[in-house]
Amino acid sequence: MWRIARQKLGAGGFPVLILEQSLQRMQQPAVSALRCYSSATKEMTVRDALNSALDEEMSADPRVFLMGEEVGEYQGAYKISKGLLEKYGPDRVVDTPITEAGFAGIGVGAAYYGLRPVVEFMTFNFSMQAIDHIINSAAKSNYMSAGQINVPIVFRGPNGAAAGVGAQHSQCFAAWYGACPGLKVLAPYSSEDARGLLKAAIRDPDPVVFLENELLYGESFPISAEVLDSSFCLPIGKAKVEREGKDVTITTFSRMVGYAIEAAEILAKEGISAEVINLRSIRPLDRATINASVRKTSRLVTVEEGFPQHGIGAEICASVIEESFMYLDAPVERIAGADVPMPYAANLERMAVPQVEDIVRAAKRVCYRSVPMAATA
Amino acid sequence: MASTFSAAAIQIIKSTRSPDKPLFDPLKSTSTSSPFLGSTHKLRLNSLAKPIPSLSHRRPSFSVVAVSDVVKEKKPKSTTSISNLLITKDEGLELYEDMILGRAFEDMCAQMYYRGKMFGFVHLYNGQEAVSTGFIKLLKKEDCVVSTYRDHVHALSKGVPARAVMSELFGKTTGCCRGQGGSMHMFSGEHNVLGGFAFIGEGIPVATGAAFTSKYRREVLKEADCDHVTLAFFGDGTSNNGQFFECLNMAALWKLPIVFVVENNLWAIGMSHLRATSDPEIWKKGPAFGMPGVHVDGMDVLKVREVAKEAVDRARRGEGPTLVECETYRFRGHSLADPDELRDPNEKAHYATRDPISALKRYMFDNNLANEAELKAIEKKIDEVVEEAVEFADSSPHPSRTQLLENVFADPRGFGIGPDGKYRCEDPKFTQGTAHV
Repeated sequence: MWRIARQKLGAGGFPVLILEQSLQRMQQPAVSALRCYSSATKEMTVRDALNSALDEEMSADPRVFLMGEEVGEYQGAYKISKGLLEKYGPDRVVDTPITEAGFAGIGVGAAYYGLRPVVEFMTFNFSMQAIDHIINSAAKSNYMSAGQINVPIVFRGPNGAAAGVGAQHSQCFAAWYGACPGLKVLAPYSSEDARGLLKAAIRDPDPVVFLENELLYGESFPISAEVLDSSFCLPIGKAKVEREGKDVTITTFSRMVGYAIEAAEILAKEGISAEVINLRSIRPLDRATINASVRKTSRLVTVEEGFPQHGIGAEICASVIEESFMYLDAPVERIAGADVPMPYAANLERMAVPQVEDIVRAAKRVCYRSVPMAATA
Repeated sequence: MASTFSAAAIQIIKSTRSPDKPLFDPLKSTSTSSPFLGSTHKLRLNSLAKPIPSLSHRRPSFSVVAVSDVVKEKKPKSTTSISNLLITKDEGLELYEDMILGRAFEDMCAQMYYRGKMFGFVHLYNGQEAVSTGFIKLLKKEDCVVSTYRDHVHALSKGVPARAVMSELFGKTTGCCRGQGGSMHMFSGEHNVLGGFAFIGEGIPVATGAAFTSKYRREVLKEADCDHVTLAFFGDGTSNNGQFFECLNMAALWKLPIVFVVENNLWAIGMSHLRATSDPEIWKKGPAFGMPGVHVDGMDVLKVREVAKEAVDRARRGEGPTLVECETYRFRGHSLADPDELRDPNEKAHYATRDPISALKRYMFDNNLANEAELKAIEKKIDEVVEEAVEFADSSPHPSRTQLLENVFADPRGFGIGPDGKYRCEDPKFTQGTAHV
């Protein structure tokens, strides 16, 4: 089990170590996405973006506290909470025992009664043990109590395919939580997203599931002075057009945004202008931005790491078919993770998650360009 | 700590294994060591009076105590002196009224259910009133109650008006949750009823979180007068669920102001407690986590109240949680849909003779705390309250169609809050037809 492995690896170095291994194993291509930002003045990692957002919100509101496994003395399994214990003390940076159902429920109870907890799951895979509280206790209470009990809580942690950790530790929960009324589900990609969306989530009066990505934590992104301002926060329910284009719309979120941008660069060299939409918010879903883009490009490729059936892509397809059917010039293409539990072997794992070339091929297909036979990994 | 509970019945539990007392003794069967009455195999009428055998030699310096049959020794002596009584006249009448309300309300629910006025699962509290009344009537309005699916009477004891609860059960818009919660989900922001929870064990962490909040408000937000206490109610079946143990641990670890109240009615639907639990004495699990465990006769509201006072005061003083096992019995099936075929008729008949309402009545008569006419007046008043609740619920309107989509979020349309602290959906520039909530 992962937790045991972590203990053996010892304190401190583990998350970085894993991250570096991950980057090597996955041949992580998102790094190249940075090249499109040429005139950046300042850069910030996603990890620092999350850390600074937490820090500022805790500083601004004494009701905000962080709770979870290893968030305090260990400084966070991925160092997201680094320095917060020192600054805010053990009453506000609460190390819990290994009890997902217990501490998630305690967070919900604290939110019922007036605090604003941020509950960290070491990874979202462990949220399976607490999903009852996320859905039954958090998402439904405002409705069941007819607005008497609202639940201002954030459940956050790394989500999605990691590297080499096998099926139980490597999956995307966006569609799972995205299916539940009463929850808001956010998935940041860049440092700007991470800062703006986490601050929005903490200030929000409702339960927010905040899906980070372990492989993005160490990535640096250019960041503007506006984003660094402590009042900065992003709207929930609004997508961001990361790159404008006119031939095909690519919708995606989290780490896959980097892949899509890279695919768009490749497509541009072949004369296809792709528009990349970073969803940012899985629920509420920004149907307006998606449909406006499809009405412009007439073609849609959806990209996600999660399982294909009943996925985010499926929902987007349905929305486009309902609202913009007559604008489509080609069948919609859905790129998703393979419909299997995540394999361990590195070559199989690579095949199980979408790659840049998958996106490029799909975009060419919807544009009726000839596509060479897929060269499998 | 030992002094916080009646000294006569305190037993010091030694939690470590000792050579002369093996952890598991195969010769000692559960049924002989258990003080419980609810075995379907063997009914032992006087076992409540039998003290639990002391597990080990005494170690007075040990800080964790377990208390069992706490108030048995405090039974009133046959004297007319007021000072020896457990309650005053007014308190007695208040308790009586609350228990009568609980009973009459639930009986009416059964009638209304069979008449098709309420639907789904309806779990009635008949027989267990001494627990709700004994505990909740000690609370302040700011104190929290977290309940289970058997939650109507907890809400009533906490002060939610009967008409609001009845209307909720009828699915009407005047219900305490506008008909959006239902039988198993009673909430009241005003009365700090933080929900009935329909899943086993689900309410315990939420209650622990409310207790965490009280402590946080006192210690971090510096609200010095915040001494609020949370009560978590749950049943014997729940005491085998992991969330119970997770929260006993954290509540004791962080010294949270909470009382874990086990309403041990001996049956988890059709599963006998003795058939489900390796050691049926649930109160013993308290000392294992470093908190007092107390066992009390849950059919006697005065005993429950004595124990509750100690536990609630202890929590209020900031001395941490207590586990209280109230041994009680439900007079009806698990829910109104339960044919209740597995419980021994002799067992039911036995507990029927121990009706907590009759017991309080007897106590009040014996001690000249009330006369027949006074109690009759209360019963009549409650009958009117319940009748009025039904009329109110019946004549209230159903929720309107527009209510279907309301209250999904506190944030009116789900788009979050801007840097100015206002809901973004109120900014005309932001919302342009994107709300799908």
